[in-house]
Amino acid sequence: MYAVEMRNITKRFHGTPANHHVNFCVKAGEIHSLLGENGAGKTTLMNILFGLYKADSGTIRIHEKETKIDSPMAAIQQGISMVHQHFMLVDSLTVAENIVLGHEPKKGIFFDREKAFEKITEIAEKYHFQIDAREQVGNLSVGVKQRVEILKALYHESSVLILDEPTAVLTPQEVDDLFRVLRDLKKDGKTIIIITHKLKETMSIADTITVLRKGETITTLPIGEVNEEKLAELMVGRLVSFTIDKKPLQSERPVKMKLSHITVSKGGKKSLKDVSLTIRGGEILGIAGVEGNGQTELIEVLTGLCARYEGTVIVGKEDVSRSNAKKMLDYVGHIPEDRGKRGFVKNYTNWENMILGYHTRPDYITKAGILKRKAIQDVTRKAIEEYDVRTDGIEQTTGSLSGGNQQKLIVGRVLMHHTGIVLAAQPTRGVDIGAIEYIHSQLVRLRDEGAAVILISADLDEIVKLSDEIAVLYEGSIVTRKSADAFTERSLGAYMLGHTRDEEVQA
Amino acid sequence: MKALKKTKEWLGKSEILLSLIALLLSLLVSSVVIIISGYSPFEAYGAMLKGAFGSNYYLAQTIGTAIPLIFSGLAMAIAMKVGIFNIGIEGQMIIGALPAALLGTYVTGLPAWLHLPLCILVGAIAGGLWAMIVAVLKNRLRINEVILTIMMNYVATYIVDYLVNYPFRAEGKIIRTEEIQPTAAMTTLVPHTRLYSGIFLALAAAGILWYVLKKTCFGYELRAVGSNPDAAETAGVNRKKYMLRAMFISGALAGIGGAGEVLGFYGYYISNMISGYGFDGIAIATMGRGNPFGTVLAALLFGVLRNGATGMNRSTSIPGEFIQVLQALVILFVSTPGIIRVVQKSWKRKRFAQRKEEVA
Repeated sequence: MYAVEMRNITKRFHGTPANHHVNFCVKAGEIHSLLGENGAGKTTLMNILFGLYKADSGTIRIHEKETKIDSPMAAIQQGISMVHQHFMLVDSLTVAENIVLGHEPKKGIFFDREKAFEKITEIAEKYHFQIDAREQVGNLSVGVKQRVEILKALYHESSVLILDEPTAVLTPQEVDDLFRVLRDLKKDGKTIIIITHKLKETMSIADTITVLRKGETITTLPIGEVNEEKLAELMVGRLVSFTIDKKPLQSERPVKMKLSHITVSKGGKKSLKDVSLTIRGGEILGIAGVEGNGQTELIEVLTGLCARYEGTVIVGKEDVSRSNAKKMLDYVGHIPEDRGKRGFVKNYTNWENMILGYHTRPDYITKAGILKRKAIQDVTRKAIEEYDVRTDGIEQTTGSLSGGNQQKLIVGRVLMHHTGIVLAAQPTRGVDIGAIEYIHSQLVRLRDEGAAVILISADLDEIVKLSDEIAVLYEGSIVTRKSADAFTERSLGAYMLGHTRDEEVQA
Repeated sequence: MKALKKTKEWLGKSEILLSLIALLLSLLVSSVVIIISGYSPFEAYGAMLKGAFGSNYYLAQTIGTAIPLIFSGLAMAIAMKVGIFNIGIEGQMIIGALPAALLGTYVTGLPAWLHLPLCILVGAIAGGLWAMIVAVLKNRLRINEVILTIMMNYVATYIVDYLVNYPFRAEGKIIRTEEIQPTAAMTTLVPHTRLYSGIFLALAAAGILWYVLKKTCFGYELRAVGSNPDAAETAGVNRKKYMLRAMFISGALAGIGGAGEVLGFYGYYISNMISGYGFDGIAIATMGRGNPFGTVLAALLFGVLRNGATGMNRSTSIPGEFIQVLQALVILFVSTPGIIRVVQKSWKRKRFAQRKEEVA
C-alpha cells in the first residue's frame, strides 16, 4: 500500500519545467530516499507535496485517496509534515512553545503552557528523545534543534515525514543519532522521505530510492539493487570517478605560510585561541570541525578580512600580520565559504566577476584607472573554457548561472591568479556531483604543482579524500593535527565533538 | 528588421521598457481619474503637451526645468549605485546654492572664465561636504542614512533661511540675496526662459558619470560595493572609502544643480527656490533605473510634467493638480516593478498562447 502517490507531476517556473511528468510513490512504513543533484527538482517536488507550490498538472494520492493539497495547513491535516533544511524555530521560545505554535492547547482563551509541556514531554519520552521541553530553543545545538522539528511533526500526528537534506548540518555522531530516531519512527509505522544527495547516507538508511535528474524520474529501486557508484551514475547520467589520482607527497615541501599564536576576540569571546599552523607547498592541509568553531575567523585572518588579532602571519620570509584584504590577496587565493555572500557580485557579468579582487593588476587596468575591457574579456573567455563554466557567454550575469558553475568560475578565478597559496573554504558546498569531481581534481592538481592548499570544509568525506594532513578545530583551538591516514572517520568525528583524550576518541 | 530586434533586446535588457510601461499605465489610470472628475483626458493631455512643447518658449522652459532635475537625478543615481538612499539631495542643493550666490555677489574684479567656474566649484564642494557628513556618520556610528538625510534637509533649509533672512538679505520685500556679478552668471540660451547653459553641464555630467561607472576601475569598485558589499570587501575594496567618495560626488552634483539655478536663472539666492527638485530626483533616478542617460530622459519627462501642469492651468479649466496625480502614479508604478512585471508577464503569456495556437 502506498502512503504517497504522486503521478505525472509537472511544474514549470517561467516556462522551464522543474518537474516534468514526475512519478513518485512511497510505500507506507518505509524510509524512501529522494536523490538527485542540485536543481534536479527534488525540493520542488516535495514543496508540491507539502502544499507550498501548486503543480501545473498531475495527481496526488495520500493513503490511496486522491487529494488536493493547496497549503501547508492542508498537508498537515493530511498527516504530512516537513522538516526544512533551515529550521523554522523561534529562538526565544521554549521547545514546547515552538512545537505547539499555531496549534496551542488552550484553557479558555488563554494558552495552557503547562499542558503543552506535559504533552511534549510525553511524546518525547515515547520516542526516546532526550530533550527538555522547557529549554529555550536558542540554547540548543543544531542536532537537537532538528529533533525539535521532528517532534513538531509528531505533535501534529503526521504519518508522513519529509526531511530536506537533514544531515547537511550534522556531525557523523549526530547523523547516527538522527538515523536511530528515524528507524524508531519507522518501527512505529511512520513513512519517511529523505531528500538528499549524499550517497553513503542513503545506502545506510533508505529502503527504497527514487532518482530525479533534470526534473524527470529516472528510476525507483529497492536499496538492495544499487550501490554508491550506481547511484552516482543514475544521478549524473554518466560514470563518475570516486577515486582521486593523487601523486605521492614530494619529499621537499617548503613552508609557504606560518601562523603563530593567533588569537581572535569577538564581542568578549575568544573565537580563535592560540592557533599555530604551518602550511607547506605541495600538500593539502584539511581543517575539519563542526561549523562555528572558529573556521570563519581563521578564514578572516588568512585573508586579511579581520585585521584585529594577536599573533603573527608570515608568508615566505615576510611578516604580513594584520595586512588588509587587498594586500593579502597578493599572497593567498581565496575561495570563499559562502559564494553568494563573498564570492561574486550577482548582477555583474562573468567577465566582471572573473577579475574581482584581481582587478587592480596591471593586466586589467591602465595607469589611468580604466578597465582594459578587451584583455579582461579575452582572459574570461579562456577561463570559461579552461574551467568548464557552462554559461551563455562572458556577458551573462553570474547570478543567473547554476551554483556549480558559479563555483567553477570562482575556482577558476582563484586558480588563474594564485601565487602559491590557496584557501578553499567549503569549495563544493551546494554544488552538484559533476562539479564536485571537477573542483576536487583542480585542487589536487594545484597541490601536485607545488602550491599550498588549505581546505576548510564541513564535509568529512571531502576532507578525508583530499587532505594530506588534517587539523581539527574545536572551540577555536586546534585540538589535533596528524597525517590524514592516522584518522578514521569515527575518530575525526570524535575530535570534532571535543573529545581530545585518545580513549574517548576510541570509545 | 535587425535593427528592430536589437532595439527590442536593448529595451528588455536595460529595463527602460519597465519605465515606459510605468509611464503608460500612469497615463491610463490618471485618464480614469480625469474622466471621473468630469473632464476630458484628451483635452487635459493635449493642454499638457501644448504647455510643454507648444512653442519654442515652452520647449525651452521644459528643457530648462530639466536642468536641476538632471543634477538631482544623477546625484540620486550615484548614491544608489553605492547602496545609499540619499534623501538629502534637496538640502545638498540648497547648501550648494547659497555659497555660489554669495561668491558670485561679493567677489568682484575676477574675469568671467574664472569667476563662474569658481562659483560652480564652491557650490559643488559645499554640497559634497554636506553630503559626506552623512557617510561619515553612517560609517562610524552606523546611523541609518535615510533618517539622517531627512534631518539634514531641515538643518540645511533653516541654516540657509536664516542666512538669507538676516546677514545676507538684499533690500526689498522679497527674501533673497543681492544680485550676482555679471561675471558669475551663466548664459541664458533662450531669452526669458529657464534654459541656460547649465544644460550642457548637466549633459556632460551624465556622460562623465556613465563613463566613470562603466569603464573605470573606480566605477567597477563602486558598483561592487553597492551590489554586494561583502564580496567587494573580500576583493580588497575599502567599502567605507567608497561610501565617502560616492556621497561626496552625489552631494557635489546636487550642489552644482543648486548653484546652477542661482547662476543661470535667478541671479540671486531666493528662499524656497529648490522647490522639491531634490525629492523629484529620487523618482527620476528610479525611473532612469540608475542609468545616467535614463536619468536624463526621466528628468526631461518630469520637466514636461511640471510645465504641462502650468499649461493646463493656463489654457483649460482642468486643474493642473491632475498632473501631480499623474506624477505620483508614475512614481508609484516605477517603484513597484512587481506590478509591471505582472502586466508584462500576462502579455507574454497571451503571446505565447497565440503562438502555440498558430503552431497547432
